Amino acid sequence: MEDIEHFEKEIQLVDANGRRRDGRALDELRPIKIEAGVLKRADGSAYVEWGGNRVLAAVYGPREAHPRHLQDPSRALVQCRYNMAPFSVSDRKRPGPDRRSVEISKVTSEAFANVVFTEQFPRTSVDIFIEVLQADAGTRCAGITAAAVALADAGIPMRDLIASCASGKIAGRIALDLDKEEDNFGDADCPMAIVPRTGEIVLLQMDGHLTEDEFDQAMKLSMGAARRIYELQKDALRRRYAVTALDEDPSGPEVSA
Amino acid sequence: MSSEVISELMREHIVKLVQSGRRGDGRGLEERRKLTIEKNYIETAEGSARVHLGNTDVLVGVKISQGEPYPDTPNSGVLTTSAELIPMASPTFESGPPRPEAIELARVVDRGIRETKTVDMAKLVITPGEKVWILFIDIHALDYDGNLFDAASYGTLAALSCAKLPGKVTGGEDRPLPVDHWPMSVTAAKIRDKIVFDPQLDEERIAGARLTVATDENGDIRAMQKGLSGSFSYDEVRYVISTARRLGNDAREIIRA
Repeated sequence: MEDIEHFEKEIQLVDANGRRRDGRALDELRPIKIEAGVLKRADGSAYVEWGGNRVLAAVYGPREAHPRHLQDPSRALVQCRYNMAPFSVSDRKRPGPDRRSVEISKVTSEAFANVVFTEQFPRTSVDIFIEVLQADAGTRCAGITAAAVALADAGIPMRDLIASCASGKIAGRIALDLDKEEDNFGDADCPMAIVPRTGEIVLLQMDGHLTEDEFDQAMKLSMGAARRIYELQKDALRRRYAVTALDEDPSGPEVSA
Repeated sequence: MSSEVISELMREHIVKLVQSGRRGDGRGLEERRKLTIEKNYIETAEGSARVHLGNTDVLVGVKISQGEPYPDTPNSGVLTTSAELIPMASPTFESGPPRPEAIELARVVDRGIRETKTVDMAKLVITPGEKVWILFIDIHALDYDGNLFDAASYGTLAALSCAKLPGKVTGGEDRPLPVDHWPMSVTAAKIRDKIVFDPQLDEERIAGARLTVATDENGDIRAMQKGLSGSFSYDEVRYVISTARRLGNDAREIIRA
């Protein structure tokens, strides 16, 4: 119903100057804010605002793996649960996992299993929880970006963080980091995640229609953006664990950001 | 919720403190933790609020749409409350269908607003028997440090008080959701023979009995729920009610502000 309404208005995703509806250039990210250590109960946590997305990630573990028959005597499991709050989208989403979130949870778990030193914690599970509080396209990328920071905040040994970003095709042009309208009315979307230090791709999905050339362009945009996101992730961790003058003050034992 | 192990040392420590009229975090027995409310936290919801009650962190979203009334109440809007105790919020919460704790929480909050006629359901009728406003209240626990009942109920009231009936559905302007009453829930926990208000997690875990009382702006009782296997004397119940009224008045001012 919503779609018909928009098609009638014939929305223009890119204007004559190559600017998008929100004023961004084709290779420009939406504003991203990352904060580490936002929850008290979890072993590690992070909050990410990415355009209109608001995503929390929490990490528990390594802890005893449940159910026990899943336990691996040689390594830790990495189990991710991606979940959208019912109020995070315009038409209320029924609570609980649907096929989409089960799939996202699976590919995210697999991406993180690549960087966590799982062999150090046999029989345990590292549990990652991603909660989408407000959705504006690109929630899995925001969730993975948050989860990487949460894992580091939990002190889980890893080869590196993971940084994630998507590119796609709108109005016939390749563009970085699609927002909700661009995703709905664009021609393709391609989320990916990399290990920034080595450039290894640990998550890659695509839907829509791209030529090989266009795919190359999209990946170049995403690779560059992921490296910028990596800096924001490290910066959030530095702020969280910054050594400040308060450390030397006996009356102020808490380290503030 | 109380399945987590608590050490004997901690148990004895809390009991000893409470016996001498003190608490682990320095509060008095009748003192509430710091309450902060952020209204309109989620842009994709018609109303929302994020509530911090000490370290307990709850996000409540209200989604509003139009639909058919129930056949037995053709002249009444529809109100549905659900709660998710997501595994992010505590190591003891698990994913899966709602457990009895989540269902009890949702029902107690629902009863508080329904019985008080916080939102007059008759005002939510568009065409009798055919079309009414439907309110979905979703309670999302993010960080669990005790007393979800009060945090969820404050969040729900705050979210309702800033909710809008969306104009885009009817083709008119957004209209504020009419909120007529302000029932305030206050929870007490009994530890041995002492009663503490707004129990934090450790207190909740060793409490023998729990009592939640919702009072309205006239000081009348609008909902009650006793929990756990212990008991209260009649005098204790009366004490809890009169204290709940005072603490409720105070919380109401913060939420209405």
